[in-house]
Amino acid sequence: MHDTKVKLSDEIERHTLTVLVDNEAGVLARVVGLFSGRGYNIESLTVAEVDPMARTSRITIVTSGTPEVIEQIETQLRRLVPTHKVTNWTAAKAGIEREMALIKVAGTGDKRMEALRMADAFRARPVDTTHSSFVFEITGAPAKIDSFVDLMRPLGLVEVSRTGVAAISRGPDAM
Amino acid sequence: MDKDNTLTLEAGRTAAETMSGAQMVVRALKDQGVTHIFGYPGGAVLPIYDALFKVEGITHVLVRHEQGAAHAAEGYARSTGKPGVVLVTSGPGATNAVTGLTDALMDSIPLVVLTGQVPTHLIGTDAFQECDTVGITRPCTKHNWLVKDVNDLSRVLHEAFEIATKGRPGPVVVDIPKDVQFQNGSYHGPQAIHHRTYRPKTDPDTASIVKVVEMMAAAKKPVIYAGGGIINSGPEASKLLRELVDLTGFPITSTLMGLGAFPASRPEWLGMLGMHGTWEANHVMHDCDLMLNIGARFDDRCTGKVSAFSPESKKVHIDIDASQINKIVRVDLGVVSDATKALREIIRFWKAQKHQVQAEALKAWWKQIDHWRTKKSLSYRNSDTIIKPQYAIDRLYELTKHRKDVFITTEVGQHQMWAAQRFHFEEPNHWMTSGGLGTMGYGLPAAVGVQMAHPDALVIDIAGEASVQMTMQEMSTAVQYNLPIKIFILNNEYMGMVRQWQEILHGGRYSHSYSEALPDFVKMAEAFGCVGLRATKPAELDDKIKEMLVVRKPVLFDCRVDPAENCYPMIPSGAAHNEMLLSPDDGGEISEAGKMLV
Repeated sequence: MHDTKVKLSDEIERHTLTVLVDNEAGVLARVVGLFSGRGYNIESLTVAEVDPMARTSRITIVTSGTPEVIEQIETQLRRLVPTHKVTNWTAAKAGIEREMALIKVAGTGDKRMEALRMADAFRARPVDTTHSSFVFEITGAPAKIDSFVDLMRPLGLVEVSRTGVAAISRGPDAM
Repeated sequence: MDKDNTLTLEAGRTAAETMSGAQMVVRALKDQGVTHIFGYPGGAVLPIYDALFKVEGITHVLVRHEQGAAHAAEGYARSTGKPGVVLVTSGPGATNAVTGLTDALMDSIPLVVLTGQVPTHLIGTDAFQECDTVGITRPCTKHNWLVKDVNDLSRVLHEAFEIATKGRPGPVVVDIPKDVQFQNGSYHGPQAIHHRTYRPKTDPDTASIVKVVEMMAAAKKPVIYAGGGIINSGPEASKLLRELVDLTGFPITSTLMGLGAFPASRPEWLGMLGMHGTWEANHVMHDCDLMLNIGARFDDRCTGKVSAFSPESKKVHIDIDASQINKIVRVDLGVVSDATKALREIIRFWKAQKHQVQAEALKAWWKQIDHWRTKKSLSYRNSDTIIKPQYAIDRLYELTKHRKDVFITTEVGQHQMWAAQRFHFEEPNHWMTSGGLGTMGYGLPAAVGVQMAHPDALVIDIAGEASVQMTMQEMSTAVQYNLPIKIFILNNEYMGMVRQWQEILHGGRYSHSYSEALPDFVKMAEAFGCVGLRATKPAELDDKIKEMLVVRKPVLFDCRVDPAENCYPMIPSGAAHNEMLLSPDDGGEISEAGKMLV
């Protein structure tokens, strides 16, 4: 069905969306199922309960698609019964996006020293240290983490664990 | 029979009462005004069936397969405007209902489906007749719930009715483990219950309505493109639609789902649009300068090739579901609203602002439309020796059109399209067909549901011999409940639409589309304890139809029709509205891209 769409723009854009939902059983499956069922992409997904009193969870999704597809994703998310609110941070340009990653680098000698120097420049903090390895904790915009991971690659990168993006609006108001 | 006092309305309307989960189910149905449910018992719903046994005022219709229960409930819902209610057991009971749920989701039919589930302590252990019902039905319902605490049950049941019927209607599932049915808990009535978050927008913005009427006043070549949303909005919407056409004289077409929203006998009616729509409807859609879409969703059967769809028009899309706007076709103005409310406001503003149509231009537009009409795109070559399917439907219509209470259901395929083209509807809620999902086997159980709701009406399932065999066992239900449904089978010994596409797209290689080893439908009718009739010659058709109409029993009518007849007009896949084929002589080369489409 998607083949028949008239596309205003074929440019694939990356957008960060936040969905505030009732924290009821199966709500994450509902959101994720919408993406898989309609052929949308999920690049990262972050979910946690944010208000135990109101029983609401906040799901932040980084997705990609043409502007039309992004618009469809937003309206489809709004249509879900447990959805309170959907915000597109990329379109709103008033959001802060941050991600945390744990990055394991193994090596000795110069490479090990170089990794530590780089980590310092990126304000990544070693949270586990052995004679032959580090685990760095780094927080920042996804692009910053991408750069840091790329820099670690020749220095003995072993594995990466990323949380996905959390996003919030600037200024005093809620989403 | 001992009467169960907890199940009556009178016993305490507002205060919470203590009762078992099973009693709550029955009580909630009564409080919601449910009078009919369609179901099939099994281990995981026995407590609910036990509560039903003791209650008065709810008729339970025992189907022969859970798919039949869902379709019967759809037929009931579409012909009454009330939600259809289904009760089935866990495991296969639930999975068998999935086709009906998906069908109802695609066609926006309000269904409340209650499924039994294994007891909570057995969930996740692969217990007997266990399946992940909420997981399986999540993508084919508007919403669903697994109720693990009996004290949540009455709230969930009332929310289920609210969500099924409010906004864009759709099916919901409430999955109830057997131990929850046995436990006692507090019951709350529907008055106190509103869903926490679900607040669909149904009122149009005034600014948008002002713009719509301005666009209408400026239009030189307008068309109203009406959809099933008008039917779903209630009979008031159809009345307002008539008033709007009275005020403007705009031509009007509708989708398959919208048939009956506007009377087919009126001169403004162009017939159905789309793949098998009329020449005039599709050309009007292609050439118009203003398209007023009310409650339709630019389905691929309607648009044809989207890049060539109505290239010159300004498009207004009124839909209760915001996600439908700009989904397939980019529109100039989207209005999120219930159809009744939007139509009411359009009429109000049109009158208040004293708008006039572009009379001269509209006259020229109608002249062009009359020219298109001369194509007579629904005509066919009749025969003296063999019954043409078109002829059969024409005769069925002519011999029943004096009655106001005729309800038509269909299966899916050629017969469905011929019925849509040739059986004319004057009122909404009289045409029940599987539009979105295209479910063969829909029509017979749907007819059961319609006839339950309208015991004295004439309910006819216009069927094909292939489709009808998918849910044939529901004849037994019709016999059990004395439902005089008429199953009018256009028997061409083929899955006709498959055969037609194989002829056009696959070089006439009729791979597995011949209905071999057909049963003798007349003998089959007798075996079911109903009436079987057969017509093989055009000359005997009228008498046989009349015979069918006087029988107060279910009838299987085996109408033997031309096996080679194809359904025209037709927009081949991947073609535009103005590239229709009228007959086999038009050839019909299908593009490579078109072959990829269905």
